[in-house]
Amino acid sequence: MVTIAEPGTKAASRFRYILDRRETLGAIFVAPAILYVLLLVGGPFLLAVYYSISAYTIYDPSWRFVGLVNFAQVIQNPVFLKTLGNTFLFTFGSQLLGLILGKFGAFLLMRPFAGRKIVRALIILPWAVPIALAAVAWEWMFDSLYSVINWSMIALGIIDRSDAPNWLGNPHLAMLCVIIVNAWRFFPFAIVIFLAGITSIPQDIIDAATVDGAGFWRRNYQIVLPLILPIVAVGLIFGIVFTFTDLSIVYLLTNGGPINATSVLAFQGFQVGIVSGDVSHGAAISLFMLPVLLVVVIIVLRFIRRREV
Amino acid sequence: MATVSASNIVKRFDEVLAVNGISLAIPDGEFVVLLGPSGCGKTTFLRIICGLERQTSGDLVIDGNIVNDVPPRARGVAMMFQSYGLYPHYTVRNNIAFPLRTQRVSGTEIEKKVKWASRLLGIEFLLDRRPRQLSGGERQRVALARALVREPTALLLDEPLSNLDAKLRASARQEIKQFQRRVGVTTIYVTHDQVEAMALGDRIAVVDHGRIRQIGTPTEIYDEPADRFVATFVGAPPMNLLTHNGACLGFRPENFLPREMMRDGAVTEFWFRVDRYEYLGSERIAYGTIEGFDSTQFITAKLPARIAEESVRPGERHLFAVHRQDLRYFDHDGKRTRGH
Ligand SMILES: Nc1ncnc2c1ncn2[C@@H]1O[C@H](COP(=O)(O)OP(=O)(O)OP(=O)(O)O)[C@@H](O)[C@H]1O
Ligand SMILES: [Mg+2]
Repeated sequence: MVTIAEPGTKAASRFRYILDRRETLGAIFVAPAILYVLLLVGGPFLLAVYYSISAYTIYDPSWRFVGLVNFAQVIQNPVFLKTLGNTFLFTFGSQLLGLILGKFGAFLLMRPFAGRKIVRALIILPWAVPIALAAVAWEWMFDSLYSVINWSMIALGIIDRSDAPNWLGNPHLAMLCVIIVNAWRFFPFAIVIFLAGITSIPQDIIDAATVDGAGFWRRNYQIVLPLILPIVAVGLIFGIVFTFTDLSIVYLLTNGGPINATSVLAFQGFQVGIVSGDVSHGAAISLFMLPVLLVVVIIVLRFIRRREV
Repeated sequence: MATVSASNIVKRFDEVLAVNGISLAIPDGEFVVLLGPSGCGKTTFLRIICGLERQTSGDLVIDGNIVNDVPPRARGVAMMFQSYGLYPHYTVRNNIAFPLRTQRVSGTEIEKKVKWASRLLGIEFLLDRRPRQLSGGERQRVALARALVREPTALLLDEPLSNLDAKLRASARQEIKQFQRRVGVTTIYVTHDQVEAMALGDRIAVVDHGRIRQIGTPTEIYDEPADRFVATFVGAPPMNLLTHNGACLGFRPENFLPREMMRDGAVTEFWFRVDRYEYLGSERIAYGTIEGFDSTQFITAKLPARIAEESVRPGERHLFAVHRQDLRYFDHDGKRTRGH
């Protein structure tokens, strides 16, 4: 009888601990994330790809396949070319400024001082405040009549009332404004990245460099920066991808103006595709940078992997 | 290469008094070991010497100059950290070259010196690797090469062997000693391992609670301990102490032998009851109590292993003795006294 009972017990124990197996449990845990990505990111993305190679508009929702015609038409539009340039300027300008601010901020927050914890908490605010709210505040600061910045500069005697800059009205200044606001929004993230990187360096390494005769600058540029480069690179990818695909600041602050001076790809894609209803061209504009971003991301990830070996 | 002298160095971290008035004069080329239990302020003292930490009070003189306010990079001392502190993103070659680069040494000179230092430590074949591709012993040698390459005024070593396994430690100890003799650099070596201290130091400074308890040659420290702390910190097993009327009588386990093994000279006798033995190959450690003294006070005797266990049976009392000249007396404060 024992020989008959045995196979039965074996089969039971095989499934009994199935949840203890890495493959099974791992798959179960990962499934929601994968589903989420597939449904909410993958689906719309594929839809957008198809829109960009079809003749779909909201007035004529045909799914007719037209190939790369939309892209060809988009490139010929001078406004689009200007937008493309703006996007690069906006992205890299604000990332650079954000990184510099982030590095300085991290260094300041590393040193112990009274109230450091409060400052550390406050500094996260630009990142946490809803961008719509923040944009309204910034709009007032840059306002042609009520600008706090101008008022202060006049009060301090730096400029004359007659030549107070019209921040959002002048094309160059408007671009500077959106870059500053975006950098302001990004720099708390940069601080966090730098702080995480710097605090992960063993103190012995920094001390060794100090005793070996390295001053502040050499320590920073030959020891600290190379060591935190991988983590900063990851942060930078995030920043670049988000900025490239973001329209909120431009939309809220300048609405792309004056005369398209601050129009960026995501903003124009939205204008053309949603506001004007020309979905296929809007999709083409939005997807235009995808290959470039993909290449940038791959290069950076490669670089990090090589550094880690 | 230079003299290093500290006078009454104090370092206070908020409430903690990490270094409590250390004075120490080290002549050029000497190998001094700072020996003390964990947390006694050894690392803090080294960090003050190399300038990573500013002393609360006291003067530090290197090569005849007061360096209290001289930054680390201008002091010319080299320090080897407990975890080595190698730069992970540099190759061994660049690690060793780093202290030279900071001094703006020319490229050809750097190459020459890196070659010299790496040959000295036998690591020429590692020059193109990165620290994480090295074993613990190799890392230690790279760190040593980096510390030596710019011919420092003084070499500070903070428990350099604590990351190595026991066997490697013994050979590395040997290497450091030989190597220091050859280069002749003034060296301060920190450890809490008394075997290392005895083996390496020209002189040993025993530190406790931020103070030097005694400084002397290994023989002086071992044979003539200045107080009870030194007597029990140095030596394994530590010196036996018998309290009697508040004062203290001490003798080393290896001097405490069965009476019949002692031939001549003046001896003091004790009835010793062995509790158990520990066999260590070359010797046998007997743990027990002495009659007439507090029975909670464990006394150890280190017997040559050739003495059969049967001659002194556990549980039975046996007449033991110590030569009079091997007895040490301490007063109720723990300070050494001349004896009765
Ligand atoms: N930066 C600091 N802030 C506050 N207290 C400190 C600091 N550094 C050291 N201490 C304290 O000073 C005392 C001495 O520390 P130190 O590191 O010098 O000990 P150590 O002798 O090197 O010990 P170990 O053998 O464990 O390395 C300790 O009590 C420690 O807690
Ligand atoms: Mg220490």
